[in-house]
Amino acid sequence: MDISSINWILLLASLMVAATPILLAAIGELVTERAGVLNLGVEGMMITGAICGFAVSVETGSATLGFVAAAIAGAAFSLIFGLLTQFLLSNQVATGLALTLFGLGFSALIGQGYIGIKGLSVPHIHIPVISDIPVLGPILFRHDLMVYVSILLVAATWAVLKYTRAGLILRAVGENHDAAHALGYKVVRIRLMAIAFGGACAGLGGAYLSIVRVPQWTEGMTAGAGWIALALVVFASWKPWRVLIGAYLFGGLTVLQLNLQAAGLKVPVEYLSMSPYLITILVLVIMSSGRSRAALNAPAELGRSFHASS
Amino acid sequence: MTDLLSLQGLTKAYPGVVANDDVSFTIAEGEIHALLGENGAGKSTLVKMIYGLVKPDSGAMQLFGAPYAPPEPRAARTSGVAMVFQHFSLFEALTVAENVGLGMEDAPPMGQLSREIREVSHAYGLPLDPRRLVGDLSAGERQRVEIVRCLLQDPKLLIMDEPTSVLTPQEVEILFATLNKLKAEGTSILYISHKLEEIRALCDGATVLRRGKVVGSCDPREKSAAELAELMVGEALTPPERAPAAHGEVVLHVAGLTSEHVDAFGTKLQNVGFEIRAGEILGIGGVAGNGQDELLSALSGETIGPEETVRIRGEAVGHLPPNARRLRGMLTAPEERLGHAAAPDMSLTENGILSGWQRQDLTRAGFLRRGAARTFAEEIIEAFDVRTPGPHVAARALSGGNLQKFVIGREILQQPDILVVNQPTWGVDAAAAAAIRQALLDLASKGAAVLVISQDLDELMEVSDNFAALNAGHLSAPRPARGLTMEQIGLMLGGAHDMDVADPAEAHHIKEIYEEGHS
Repeated sequence: MDISSINWILLLASLMVAATPILLAAIGELVTERAGVLNLGVEGMMITGAICGFAVSVETGSATLGFVAAAIAGAAFSLIFGLLTQFLLSNQVATGLALTLFGLGFSALIGQGYIGIKGLSVPHIHIPVISDIPVLGPILFRHDLMVYVSILLVAATWAVLKYTRAGLILRAVGENHDAAHALGYKVVRIRLMAIAFGGACAGLGGAYLSIVRVPQWTEGMTAGAGWIALALVVFASWKPWRVLIGAYLFGGLTVLQLNLQAAGLKVPVEYLSMSPYLITILVLVIMSSGRSRAALNAPAELGRSFHASS
Repeated sequence: MTDLLSLQGLTKAYPGVVANDDVSFTIAEGEIHALLGENGAGKSTLVKMIYGLVKPDSGAMQLFGAPYAPPEPRAARTSGVAMVFQHFSLFEALTVAENVGLGMEDAPPMGQLSREIREVSHAYGLPLDPRRLVGDLSAGERQRVEIVRCLLQDPKLLIMDEPTSVLTPQEVEILFATLNKLKAEGTSILYISHKLEEIRALCDGATVLRRGKVVGSCDPREKSAAELAELMVGEALTPPERAPAAHGEVVLHVAGLTSEHVDAFGTKLQNVGFEIRAGEILGIGGVAGNGQDELLSALSGETIGPEETVRIRGEAVGHLPPNARRLRGMLTAPEERLGHAAAPDMSLTENGILSGWQRQDLTRAGFLRRGAARTFAEEIIEAFDVRTPGPHVAARALSGGNLQKFVIGREILQQPDILVVNQPTWGVDAAAAAAIRQALLDLASKGAAVLVISQDLDELMEVSDNFAALNAGHLSAPRPARGLTMEQIGLMLGGAHDMDVADPAEAHHIKEIYEEGHS
């Protein structure tokens, strides 16, 4: 193989683009999990967002409307999960898995008429001077707007969780729902909002794939990105900035894998495809070797159903 | 004095049980009013109605003469009603300041809140560092967080649900001094407890609840503890008796026991050692979270360690798992009934098999002997007066007291040489508690070695021959239980940790009343 045939600047530039879908989905899932809800339906919500976003953007000719539609579709889809787990107290793991399967089938159904249609071309921003800096310019400052929106979203999530009362209440609900209820907070309502936020973000992540990155519709196009996002939240030990780092790391692996393939690497690419999961498992093992939940940082009520008794 | 809060005919029914039936009483301004009753008498439901967590089916409440019906706790808090919960409503992974902020309406910014917490906590003798994680605090300190959270809102009525169950005697004195200071400032306190001496030392008036009904109200300072108990239970209780017996050889020998913690915020055991002779009951006291769960787990075999740390009749068993220890005659009953001592959704018969299959011979060639198992469960139900339709009932369906009798009975009927119990009467009504204590005494007088771990000091004084205290994972040297004063016990339990006294003279006065009641 020929390493020198890889254009490293181009590789690093495409890293941010490759990471954006999983970053969006993961930051949404992080908020959901901090509220104590484990939604394994990220993949299903992403693919629903992907087809809805693609369809709306093609029909209206506006990528912005496409993203808005994707966020709404993702949130609406996640509220199915919310209704089942928060009101009907169904098992969160099973419901989440069902949501993924349902989303894959549902998106294939409504996407029938959109196969083979070419999507919009989304413009990249160009800021004079900054975008023209050699090396850094193409890597950091010549992307489409959503790349920067996703980073802003991480910053906003971090600030809200850390500095605002709303964020404190959200964390409190994920930490001890009985105590939060005793203090008079509406556990179910707060969790539904967190679930909807997670769904909207996953929808945006899916739409980024179908509107910007590919850009067209194919069945099952998320191809496991939702699962990577779930792994990413654990990898980041439920901290927003670590999600950003992890997303770029995992995104980088994806891009590297494509480039190595093109450069004719002899090692099967499957090893690189597995690597995000292997890294997550490794990180989990290392973090949990301390035997304490505090070190792991997992919300204490993660995946537990809440029912206001008496 | 004018009435602060008055309740008229409050009634609340749950499916199958009337939790409160036509409850009426009044609390005056600046009064410390006791709500007295056994577990399950309906005290918690009543205060939840006052705090807006539960809506009454019928009846009315008045606060300062105006109708009062809080739809949710927020409304109660804005009206000036604050509550310190029995099972703390705290978030372990959040800091003290964040915890306090969550319980307040319009909490100020964190910096200002931290300052206020420091000031208020020092003013009332309950120092707190607002930056610490609640998970790292002791039980007493956690309660301070709750109290400070209430005080910052300048309450007119403070509800305290069983506040002293997690405190050392010295900490209780300081708490009482704080409460008296609050009372002097005009705050009323609704004080819920089943500890009669405390109520006699602290309260101006008392309302007694039994099975959801008010059965009496009195001035607790004019009644004796026995009279109050009779009012509360509805019958005179006979204290447990035991035949004096000489202690035999050392059966259980523990030395150099050091362990990892069971859960993230637990306490490690530090070089714990003791021995128990045949026929002896050793009581281990201590405030919750000082290593009790870890000690039980190390003795039951759930945590295993070096061979020599635990010896049964000289045989080193520290490395053996639970089943092997059971075979050698050491049985355990952990604190948590549902989920640890018993599997909630399995029947009593199955729960009997889970612990007794070896000693009671309930399996053959890997198959269950259903008939024998049912007989075993029926024997337990019979011998320990477990009120249940039959052994086919799921453990979850039993009340706390009945399940506890079953769990303890299951171990005792296997005729252990050593029995280790943790919190044998936690949350159990007085009659069942007396029966369980009597059973432990009977077991010891038949020659078994019994280890009772408990937070209830009165219980330990009643049953133990020797008493030792567990504090921050360290076990004090055992001392004969007879003749120990509350003050000595308190010092063994680690004294007042780092609490201040709001008013030393007052604390001293309260202590005297408290000691009087005990002697």
